[in-house]
Amino acid sequence: MSIQQTDTALAAGEKTRKRLPPELNILSVLIGVALIFEVLGWILQGQSFLLNPQRLTIMILQVSVIGIIAVGVTQVIITGGIDLSSGSVVAMSAMISMSFAQIATYDRAVYPWLTDMPVIVPVLIGLGCGLLAGLINGALIAYTGIPPFIATLGMMVTARGIAKWYTKGQPISFPTPEFAAIGSGIWPVVIFLAIALLFHIGLRYTRYGKFTYAIGANPQAARVSGINVKTHLLKVYAIAGLLAGLAGVVTAARAQTAQAGMGMMYELDAIAAAVIGGTSLAGGAGRITGTVIGMLILGLMTSGFTFLRIDAYYQEIVKGIIIVAAVIADVYRQKKRTKKA
Amino acid sequence: MISNRTQAAIESYTHGRGDDLLVVEGIRKEFPGVVALDDVQFRLKRGTVHALMGENGAGKSTLMKIIAGIYTPDRGSLHLRGEKIALDSPLDALERGIAMIHQELNLMPFMTVAENIWIRREPTNRFGLVDHRRMSRMTRELFDRLHIGIDPDVEVQKLTVAARQMVEIAKAVSYQSDVLIMDEPTSALTEHEVEHLFDIIRNLRAQGKGIVYITHKMNELFEIADEFSVFRDGRYVATHASADVTRDDIIRMMVGREITDMFPKEEAKIGDVVLSVDKLAVNGVFHDISFEVRAGEILGIAGLVGSGRSNVAEALFGVTPATSGTIRIRGKETAIRSPGDAMRNGMAFLTEDRKETGCFLILSVLENMQIAVLHNTHVRGGFVDQPAVNRLCEDMKGLLRIKTPNLHERIENLSGGNQQKALIARWLLIKPSILILDEPTRGIDVGAKAEIHRLISRLAGQGVAIIMISSELPEVLGMSDRIMVMHEGHATGILDRAEADQVRIMELAAK
Repeated sequence: MSIQQTDTALAAGEKTRKRLPPELNILSVLIGVALIFEVLGWILQGQSFLLNPQRLTIMILQVSVIGIIAVGVTQVIITGGIDLSSGSVVAMSAMISMSFAQIATYDRAVYPWLTDMPVIVPVLIGLGCGLLAGLINGALIAYTGIPPFIATLGMMVTARGIAKWYTKGQPISFPTPEFAAIGSGIWPVVIFLAIALLFHIGLRYTRYGKFTYAIGANPQAARVSGINVKTHLLKVYAIAGLLAGLAGVVTAARAQTAQAGMGMMYELDAIAAAVIGGTSLAGGAGRITGTVIGMLILGLMTSGFTFLRIDAYYQEIVKGIIIVAAVIADVYRQKKRTKKA
Repeated sequence: MISNRTQAAIESYTHGRGDDLLVVEGIRKEFPGVVALDDVQFRLKRGTVHALMGENGAGKSTLMKIIAGIYTPDRGSLHLRGEKIALDSPLDALERGIAMIHQELNLMPFMTVAENIWIRREPTNRFGLVDHRRMSRMTRELFDRLHIGIDPDVEVQKLTVAARQMVEIAKAVSYQSDVLIMDEPTSALTEHEVEHLFDIIRNLRAQGKGIVYITHKMNELFEIADEFSVFRDGRYVATHASADVTRDDIIRMMVGREITDMFPKEEAKIGDVVLSVDKLAVNGVFHDISFEVRAGEILGIAGLVGSGRSNVAEALFGVTPATSGTIRIRGKETAIRSPGDAMRNGMAFLTEDRKETGCFLILSVLENMQIAVLHNTHVRGGFVDQPAVNRLCEDMKGLLRIKTPNLHERIENLSGGNQQKALIARWLLIKPSILILDEPTRGIDVGAKAEIHRLISRLAGQGVAIIMISSELPEVLGMSDRIMVMHEGHATGILDRAEADQVRIMELAAK
């Protein structure tokens, strides 16, 4: 009898403790960073940092492309994996899709007989490149059992190599206006937010999402619960590749040119955004909303440092420190939770 | 012989003679929201094995962790060899002669046995480099004293679980430890290995060491322990010599109430054959297994650890598909290549290892419960019908009396018994017609055990065909209609409820 009584007492105590959304921590960091720049802005530059719509638009435009791949990377990390190939896949997709988007009046097109194609052709080719890279990643991880780190490291090197080999290092330019329109104005932001929303819903409310978290939390238990872990992982990596392909198309369209060096280190920024946003590298935990906020923090820092005219070198040093600090904070949170149990 | 020893133990206890090795008094330990221990006392004497008893959550583990220097108590005192001590880390405890042998073993798999034992204390030669030959010799001497026959130069990863445990014990002894804490040391050992472990423990006892022993297995208590202390809800209940009490007395002290019916076997209407297995085999693991299970029937599978019991279950459920033989479900031959196949045919499988293959520890109780049911129902166009699933899970929570503040609590914060109930709920939600249970009550407390037994009985009554694997003979005998006994990958016999008893099962199991 006494056992039951203590348990109900405990239950009552638990209920009164409010459950705050986990993004609140990271959101406060975002606001904090913004306010620091605001204050420093008035002191050092004599003007407001935040009340400048143009600056904010540029900042959000800059994070949009990496944001798209960060969404894909987040779901990969939730399964307990990693995707190092997304930056290279951006370059590869950008190059290949751009080569099918050139105008007829340009006399040194990659495929002179395939110019002025309808916009859907280069877009589908770009997405297809990303999807194929993702499928290869997923198949390697699911069916050969090599670690995701190695499989995607291989893809990272290979895709970059393909991007360079494709035109022997030459950039590809002069897209059709329809293709360029994809990257113009605030379209990249719209695409990023639409993707983020789609995957936020997908991870939280669909079977796909539930299985993704389950595999990350305990792959053996997931298998015994009837989840086909291999095909699911294949899907997750394929989608991550597809999103990297999309990011490639958007980048090329926005720059109106494609170069083999595009997307360099994007994968690391994407991983950093996910981790800053609370996605656990151990798998099983993470949210798209966190990743979006993480992405905004990274963007704010770049934009803020430029605004304060601080050297690019310092930017990188501070960025590195922030990433590590975010993970340390996460580790402490985890520890606190286990101690409670 | 036993009575002499315990008599002496009782006398020294009542007269408070000075041979107390470790005395713990007035300990209190709080965690946010929970008082784990309150005013707890414990006395360990030289040359005794002292068992800590209590249900999960009674505070045994917390107390042990305090003794081993992992937690610092909020209040209370520890006296070691009559001297008051305050421990600030497990290393501090180890250096003072208190060693803990963890349930999850803490050896480094890619290092040799000798390297593991002498880590941090490696003997060096005159160049300051590790002297491996001397280290091996020291290990061999240590093993000889303990009657352990393990090669010091073999990598730990190549050893069996039992052998690793021996290495852990030897390591503890190598620190000249006086107090050895063992947490469920026999949970992964075979009968024979348990005997060897007990010999080593008796040997250590004869050398005047004090051994703190945690177990859920009652018969071990009577075999190895001289004294035991009972804890309940974070409080100290009593200390007795194990010769003075019966099994029922101890259960009463642990639970604080009578458990009248541990194995509430109900009469169930036995129906048609649901599952029939013919010459099932997995190459190199088990062979030629044939049996049938009818609706409403409980088929027990008994056998020693390593006899292939769990492998049969895994083959039936497609975790490791069978390499030959046939499985018929309701008379129809069925190929089961994956757990998904098994589930489509109405099977459910509660695995042996709750943490490794059962729970998603970092996810909520709800996520843990709903994962199987989402395969076939409550999903429309990929979207989960969460309100409907929540209702189902709430009902299950009530039905199985799962104690959790709410369904959004992380499952790792629940007690073992409640975790197990949540996993059973996961499978009941898919309304199985064949339910395979592998060690359904391992490591959970007495009260929850009886509840789970009642539930199994009730399910059989509703016409579910049940296969239940268990290491605990009373459980197999108490619950099963028929019992298949396995030995080294073969079925050595199938006994009817009426003809089965412990002796006959052990004869078949150890054939």
